[in-house]
Amino acid sequence: MKYIYELHKSMVNHDLILVYEGEFTQEITKSVLSMAERNMDSSGEESAIKRKVFNVMVECLQNVVRHADQLNNNPNHNAVFMIGKHDEQYTIISGNPIKDEFISIVKDKIDEINTLDRDGLKQLYKNIIKTTEISEKGGAGLGFVDMARKSGQKLEYDFEKMENGYSFFSLKSCIKRQ
Amino acid sequence: MEILNLEGAEDTPKIILDKGNEIYEISGRSLPEDSAEFYQPVLDWIEEYNSSPNAETEFVFKLEYFNTASSKLILDVLSALEDVEGCKIIWYFHEDDEDMEEAGEEFSELVEIPFEFKTY
Repeated sequence: MKYIYELHKSMVNHDLILVYEGEFTQEITKSVLSMAERNMDSSGEESAIKRKVFNVMVECLQNVVRHADQLNNNPNHNAVFMIGKHDEQYTIISGNPIKDEFISIVKDKIDEINTLDRDGLKQLYKNIIKTTEISEKGGAGLGFVDMARKSGQKLEYDFEKMENGYSFFSLKSCIKRQ
Repeated sequence: MEILNLEGAEDTPKIILDKGNEIYEISGRSLPEDSAEFYQPVLDWIEEYNSSPNAETEFVFKLEYFNTASSKLILDVLSALEDVEGCKIIWYFHEDDEDMEEAGEEFSELVEIPFEFKTY
């Protein structure tokens, strides 16, 4: 049973206040949001910070929900979501497998976003919203841009090679606690 | 004309569109799983309303939060309202919510309707 203590220590060491691993649905999204909100409420977090964290969490979670259907029933293909609460910032993290063929699309999109300043992001957002259509999966193609705008920080990401043509896509947004 | 009245939930806004009492309001949180499906009745209602609108239409948005998929549909709602003569948008934002204020300003730049900004 040592892994329980190890997991606990790991969470404490990384200042993680919430970790969810498994299937992602709208119902799960609502539950995770309400747990995170309660945590921020009980710690008396400033409302402006709470709103930003909530905002980034929604986009992050719904990204995973919308792209989860390309996965099969293999539990290794579940996704993970976590929230870190550090002295100086919150970190919102998701991790999910994606097909290798989508890596360059995702990477290019985030790289472009990371080159832009506040005004550049605003312009990109307006350009996309004018022309975008809601996809079959329900997204508007605005999630990453919005996460970058609301967090005010660069998006961090990583792709770890898995197997059978999949890689594990990790995405991290930070929100300063001023 | 029929009243569109949707109770708000933790992931969907409260909506009242009532021609007789001149109430047009979307408020609360908007992060539905399927934003296109959720907002379709609103778009349908506006289309019908536009066939014989009231002389003035003060359409209120009092949103606490909306996700990006909803933002696309809010723009669709605003675009539909562009065609309604005498329509004006009242955009509420919490007094310390700069992001919601900025979102309203951005929408106002994307459509040709007068916006009035108010805090709550």
